[in-house]
Amino acid sequence: MNARDRILGRIRTAQARQTTGAHVETIGSHLAQHPRGPLPPPPDDLVACFRERALTLSSDVIESNDRMKVPALLARYLDERKLPMRGVCWPSVAQLPWQAAGLEMQSHPATNHDLVGVTGAFCAIAETGTLMMLSGAETPATTSLLPETHVAVLDPRRIVATMEDAWDLLRKERKQPPRAVNFISGPSRTADIEQTVTLGAHGPYRVLLILAPH
Amino acid sequence: MKNTSLQFKKQVTVKLADVKLQGALSRLQSRFVEGRAAVIGEIDDLPATRTAAAAIRDRVLNDLEHWLLHFEQQATARGAIVHWAETGEDVNRIVAEIAAQHGVKTAAKSKSMVSEECGLNDALELAGVKVMETDLGEYILQLAHEAPSHIVAPVVHKNKEEISDLFAEKHQLPRKTGIAELCREAREVLRPAFLNADMGISGGNFLVAETGSVLIVTNEGNGRLVTTLPRVHVAITGIEKVVPTLEDVTTLVRLLPRSATGQSITNYVSVLTGNKNAEDHDGPEHFHIILLDNGRSSVVGSEMQEMLRCIRCGACMNHCPVYQNIGGHAYGWVYPGPMGSILTPLLGGLEKSPDLPNASTLCGACAVVCPVKIPLPDLLRKLREKQMERGMKSRQETFMLKAWAWLALHPAIYALTTRIGVRFMSVLGGKDKLLHSLPGASGWTDGRDFPAPAGRTFRELYRQGKRK
Repeated sequence: MNARDRILGRIRTAQARQTTGAHVETIGSHLAQHPRGPLPPPPDDLVACFRERALTLSSDVIESNDRMKVPALLARYLDERKLPMRGVCWPSVAQLPWQAAGLEMQSHPATNHDLVGVTGAFCAIAETGTLMMLSGAETPATTSLLPETHVAVLDPRRIVATMEDAWDLLRKERKQPPRAVNFISGPSRTADIEQTVTLGAHGPYRVLLILAPH
Repeated sequence: MKNTSLQFKKQVTVKLADVKLQGALSRLQSRFVEGRAAVIGEIDDLPATRTAAAAIRDRVLNDLEHWLLHFEQQATARGAIVHWAETGEDVNRIVAEIAAQHGVKTAAKSKSMVSEECGLNDALELAGVKVMETDLGEYILQLAHEAPSHIVAPVVHKNKEEISDLFAEKHQLPRKTGIAELCREAREVLRPAFLNADMGISGGNFLVAETGSVLIVTNEGNGRLVTTLPRVHVAITGIEKVVPTLEDVTTLVRLLPRSATGQSITNYVSVLTGNKNAEDHDGPEHFHIILLDNGRSSVVGSEMQEMLRCIRCGACMNHCPVYQNIGGHAYGWVYPGPMGSILTPLLGGLEKSPDLPNASTLCGACAVVCPVKIPLPDLLRKLREKQMERGMKSRQETFMLKAWAWLALHPAIYALTTRIGVRFMSVLGGKDKLLHSLPGASGWTDGRDFPAPAGRTFRELYRQGKRK
């Protein structure tokens, strides 16, 4: 007997249960139906709700009706904060007119030296102002993690009400979750010293969300 | 981690006299208690959500074997390797073996209370692996060679000045005094540790059976870094942490950060499934999940099973008048406060922590705030009953309780005894009506005076009132 058998054996004995068809069926039907728990009431306006919650969690939000204007908006944001005018981005946003806006943007996964990382997002959640990121070949996780500034370009039509809605979208569009699903809600922070919230711990110091329809 | 809960009373005396600690604890109370109160109301139907959360945990615990097997099957199908550990030493051995197998020299670790149960860091150092704690609080504790005193805010017992001194000494850099500067310094010192680590070690807040995923909630980003950059990732968690589906875990995530730190959601919620595939730029090539028993299976199916619902938010300790006064170290092991006063005896043996079930006023605040509705005061009472049944109470306490029971069954003698008693105590109380010492109750009178009775018993006064 190995540790696995001993642990499972102890649990089986304690619960005095045998593997019966009924048990397997109960588990199977719960997994198949994956019922939702109590949900917040749906917001009247998903985008307005998302914006408000994201601002509460210290993200910055810029809205535009033209995706082509994203580089100019980012250039102004970086310039105002005296941040470097160069960075790395995901392939999905590499074709935007960065250079015309005076930005030097390279399409490769972020390394320790990159100070600005521009990504898309799989979708976003209005309830908490959260981005949902899926790992993958075209969506390196480091771009939203290593740089001091993380910029996400998001189609407002990809904002859903709750995390439950986000899981449904994932089930619909992908067969299974990728290696990493990361929900991001604002810049990294710590309150370990005297319970005082400080933005910028090991991840980005600031998160800018640019809402622009694709 | 060594269990020193046998020294509970001695440790309490020291902590009550620690001025710095008392200052730190008052901060915890204002930030975490008020923080939770400010955001818990965001949940539309809190009673229904807590009931649903408790039901999710019970569904798994009542059928734990099957849910564990389902999790193992799904995780394995995605390329993770699942290990089972009966004790903390088993965990240490398994991690050391994984390290040896992959030629690991350095490990970067995010916060894991389960690894504190095992004393993993010391074991890995002995095995020749350099371990860096990367959660800011845990990093400070590693530098100071101290144990966490809170499961969410591990360094709550230290103030800013102590941390400034510690950083200046250990980093050999000019002393910083601002909190933001201290955080920046830690970030810069630790960044190379993430980039160079061969292995990342994390805990696991939940295991999702549906997808075979490990879910971790973090704020600093270190949890993401240690599970993204190193080529090996080891996640260590308890066998009770399984949750059936992504929807179920979402209900729990709605409650966990709000109860813990007063946040609507943590900065990062990471759902990690399997190892890196051929196309991925990042992620570990090898993903190991270690499931620790360490006494948990003995709680399954027992009258204490509700304790295993615990999602480690820390709300019970933040709201506990005992924890608020003595802090976490006095409890003597990894888990302090009400949940620790139950879990430590359950996992480590009641005879090794006899004071913990009694370290509560049973005021009930913990049960009110618990997001998964654990009846903590009831469980504490059950442990006290066990102590009585097993004859673990002192002779004096047993005698007092027996005497009381006998008196209560003989009303006439009870009336006479109390009439004599209150008159005697009233005289002893003197002019200021306070007793400075009572035989057999020095635990009370050492710290404060006992108010003297008025001289008449309730029954006497009641009879008098009736006659009027």
